[in-house]
Amino acid sequence: MLQKIYDWIDDRIDITPIWRDIADHEVPEHVNPAHNFSAFVYCFGGLTFFVVVIQILSGMFLTMYYVPDIENAWKSVYYLQSEVAHGQIVRGMHHWGASVVIVMLLLHTLRVFFQGAYKKPRELNWIVGVLIFFVMLGLGFTGYLLPWDNKAYFATQVGLEIAEQVPFIGTELKTLLAGDASIVGAQTLTRFFAIHVFFLPAALFALLAVHFILIRRQGISGPL
Amino acid sequence: MHRGKDMKFVGDSRINAEKTSQIPKDYSEYPGRTEAFWPNFLLKEWLVGAVFLVGFLILTLAHPSPLEGMADPTDAAYIPLPDWYFLFLYELLKYKYASGDFILFGILVLPGLAFGALLLAPFLDNGPGRRPHQRPVAVGMMLLALVSIVWLTYTSASHVNWQERAEANKPIPESSVVVDKEHEGFAAFEANCMTCHGAELEGSAAAPTLVGIEYSAEEIATIAKEGTGAMPAGIFTGTDEELDQLVDFIITVNESAK
Repeated sequence: MLQKIYDWIDDRIDITPIWRDIADHEVPEHVNPAHNFSAFVYCFGGLTFFVVVIQILSGMFLTMYYVPDIENAWKSVYYLQSEVAHGQIVRGMHHWGASVVIVMLLLHTLRVFFQGAYKKPRELNWIVGVLIFFVMLGLGFTGYLLPWDNKAYFATQVGLEIAEQVPFIGTELKTLLAGDASIVGAQTLTRFFAIHVFFLPAALFALLAVHFILIRRQGISGPL
Repeated sequence: MHRGKDMKFVGDSRINAEKTSQIPKDYSEYPGRTEAFWPNFLLKEWLVGAVFLVGFLILTLAHPSPLEGMADPTDAAYIPLPDWYFLFLYELLKYKYASGDFILFGILVLPGLAFGALLLAPFLDNGPGRRPHQRPVAVGMMLLALVSIVWLTYTSASHVNWQERAEANKPIPESSVVVDKEHEGFAAFEANCMTCHGAELEGSAAAPTLVGIEYSAEEIATIAKEGTGAMPAGIFTGTDEELDQLVDFIITVNESAK
């Protein structure tokens, strides 16, 4: 039955080559922890992606309750934590995932760096990877404000003051992020929400797609 | 790729009508003991992911995500602190030559150099050798940067009393107490108790809260007349009927708060 459905679809849109292109590739011995255990360092990149998936899923569920407005943001998070079934766990996953993803990203970056895996012909993929790191730090910075508690508010205020001290474009940069030249308030929260939930994830997905396509084209770097 | 006049398509589409067999490629000629990604290696990755997920969920369950009190922009005494992975930048800006007149050095030049070098690493370290000992400058710079970041993060974090901070900034839940001012006992409460116990029975410096008490009606009546602890006797000055209404009022408010 399933085979018939598959064939029916495959007759029309020819999906077999698409997924076989992803599925059919060899995994070299030197990256396989089953052959030498020290190859576990090659797991860091995949685990980073795994945490990113956790972040996306838990974040989607958080937006079911979260209200990006200064009156209700904190209350909605508090409600989610204390009243909603498993809300504590979903927020916990997003909170800890934000830290774990930075740790895994750092480990993955160090693995690639110390192995010199970014050398020709993989320079471009290294640049894409560092850009992913920057986007991730941006996600961390904007997400920190969203619960609208004291630590969020004052940390963001300090961050915006630092942005303001950039020469020439400082004030404009701060206004772009905060929505106002001097107030950190309702506009800031909605802007950070938009950046955290729409702008940066869009950039992240595009960069991840390029990262993975380049890995498939170039293959994993050889053993040292 | 198949080209030519004899190609057959499905309907008017670009889908090839002739089925080609899809056999996984043979990797036996590749050097070393390679393994097919699908499904052999993916299953192993799945296992690693499952173990990782268990560890991650244990972390999540053991340490509930923190939430401080609602943001209060007028709280001038609050000491701001970023998330841990920005602590090193925060600590950097405390140094004399990275703050004040030299602030641009702290916020632009130094981080710009570090992150710029990271971004352009393949072009700065462009020799052919991949092993760490073949590129001592790049590896040395990275180790220096790592030690600095760890040191700055440690210095910054060790100055913070995390436990005290968490205690001082606990969220205050919204009061769910319903004070029914139409209640017949409210007048007696207002006249006798409110000065010390507060308009919402929340207590004050002089007296504890009356919400969440575990006394029976008789005990409340006795305490109102004879006092307890720091509360002297004879504070309640009303009739017995008013006392009954007062006790009923306090119990009603307690029920509403449950």
